[in-house]
Amino acid sequence: MSTMTLEQAVQLALREEMGRDASVLYMGEGVATKHADMVADFGADRVRNTPLAEAIIAGTAVGAAASGLRPVIDLLFAPFMTYAMDALVNSAGKLRYLSGGQFSFPLVALGMTGAGWGVGGQHNHNLEAMFVHAPGLKVVMPATPADARGLLKAAIRDANPVLFFLDIGLLHQPGPVPDAVDQVLPLGEAAVPRSGRDVTLVSYGKTVAVCLEAAAGLQADGIDAEVVDLRTLKPLDEAAVLRSLAKTGRLVVVQEASGLCGVAAEIAALAAGRGFPFLQAPVARLTGPDAPAPGNWALEQAMVPSAQRVMEQVRALVGTPALAA
Amino acid sequence: MAETSPELARLEGMLLIRAYEEQLVALHRDGAPGTCTSVGQEACAVGVVQALDGRDRILTNHRSGGHLLARGADPGRLIAEVLGRVDGYCGGRSGSLHISAAELGVVLTSTIVGGELSMAPGVALAQKMGRGEPGGIVAVFFGDGAACEGVFHEALNLAVHWRLPLLFVCENNQWQAYVHRLETMSDRAISAWAEGHGLPVRVVDGNDVEAVHGAAADLVAGIRAQGGPAFLELSTYRQRGHFEPDDQAYVDPAECQAWLARDPIRRQAERLRAAGRLDAAGLAALEARVAARIAAALAFAQASPMPGPDTLDRHVYA
Repeated sequence: MSTMTLEQAVQLALREEMGRDASVLYMGEGVATKHADMVADFGADRVRNTPLAEAIIAGTAVGAAASGLRPVIDLLFAPFMTYAMDALVNSAGKLRYLSGGQFSFPLVALGMTGAGWGVGGQHNHNLEAMFVHAPGLKVVMPATPADARGLLKAAIRDANPVLFFLDIGLLHQPGPVPDAVDQVLPLGEAAVPRSGRDVTLVSYGKTVAVCLEAAAGLQADGIDAEVVDLRTLKPLDEAAVLRSLAKTGRLVVVQEASGLCGVAAEIAALAAGRGFPFLQAPVARLTGPDAPAPGNWALEQAMVPSAQRVMEQVRALVGTPALAA
Repeated sequence: MAETSPELARLEGMLLIRAYEEQLVALHRDGAPGTCTSVGQEACAVGVVQALDGRDRILTNHRSGGHLLARGADPGRLIAEVLGRVDGYCGGRSGSLHISAAELGVVLTSTIVGGELSMAPGVALAQKMGRGEPGGIVAVFFGDGAACEGVFHEALNLAVHWRLPLLFVCENNQWQAYVHRLETMSDRAISAWAEGHGLPVRVVDGNDVEAVHGAAADLVAGIRAQGGPAFLELSTYRQRGHFEPDDQAYVDPAECQAWLARDPIRRQAERLRAAGRLDAAGLAALEARVAARIAAALAFAQASPMPGPDTLDRHVYA
């Protein structure tokens, strides 16, 4: 086991996959500048600086992916992905289907998002649900360095286009990462970093740690919380959520992204449908506000659901009389 | 009709495209989905595609019928696709707007105006990095409307700076959906923009199939020899509307008449007649052969079944 940051884990996964498969290509604004070591190891053909033009970075990745390459594109900050949206959503997400399966688009688009640097709403926007809504795409947002490495390796090997979100608040956080070279984590499998009996806390990205902190705090109240880290937002591991809900009967979904039509809403709908027989209390959501991220560190922190809010929500739910007799 | 020659083959190729699209218009009148035809632009498709070879890849757009047929697509499978039948090139999922035929090297057809331009550099990059057939190049067809998209410049810039084996083919058909291009750009804008990016640019009469073919062949040879991209602007005209049905009430009749007088098929037939290589009987024989192919294609397409609703979510993910 080694200790490294999430950012280092991402670079490790890229290096491992580029070493393993000569069709993997890494390109984006500044990737060759920042990673001269990778240019030296894999060649300037495979580690490419691009113009600062997200639409053509993504479009080029789509064309290359359909033609035998496996591009990984660094679009830097997630809001810049809106410039790349046509290529990702209309081309990569749809042309396999519309062509009757003639093409595949094995590509990964990396984007940083989330509170942490106070960079404001044009650099920090948790817009992952926009891509979850688009058919043909997969969406990943890891919460730990080990998961970032294992999931990125799986994303690069996947035959579908994958949006891979990196939480800015986690980039420099160290964590344990297994030494095994082939540590690949399948997409679409949630993790349960803490088991519990009384309430399920579902989250992804940096708010997984918020839920774990809340769960530790709730122990003093005699409340035993289970934490589910979705890890992949599409395909969504519905079975893992339902399994946990069957055990606890109570659900709080926590996300930093705004609430309307978000991932937490989807989890709540799952609970209200197939999870309904298990529910002993209303489903609660804690989300960021319907507001752009402010360019102000202190205000930005206020967007992120806190452990205190999660604990208050859980205490309220546990105090709710059971719905079912 | 004993004589065969490339010039006669180009005439027959254009006649086939015209007959195919007129058949689609007739089908639409009978209730089939509408289409974007390329009537009047046949010389662009035939002239350029005949300058390519089997190693090369083509990206096209919503007005793709000519490019596909010039590449050798089976009109039966094309009509089947337009009618949404399982024997269409895309299994009946595309309709007329995004027909690709990977087996013919016609890849990633996009109906988002400019979408084909955004993907073409990636296809050419893969070619350059040894993923295509040795010596192959990529040709991307788009119109004057796509030239107004920002990604037009992004694609040209990247292709020049990465020296990608990519032929840009702008079919300047004067119309951007329902807006005349001179409402949105200056007359010589497209070639001037391309020249600004620093690649070889040719502007050719797009209704003269021999001129188109000659220019395309020169540019393709240059790309194969030197590696970098080139740009071909073809001045042509969209004789029918944007999308069937279209009464074209917004079109200046004088402009339309002037371009109809320069119809690419009639010009090629007259050229061959003047050279003593085609007579009325010869032309009639070509037309009859094309009509028979389209009739057989229609029968094939109409006999093909619709995909079942249980296949609705097939091919979303690999």
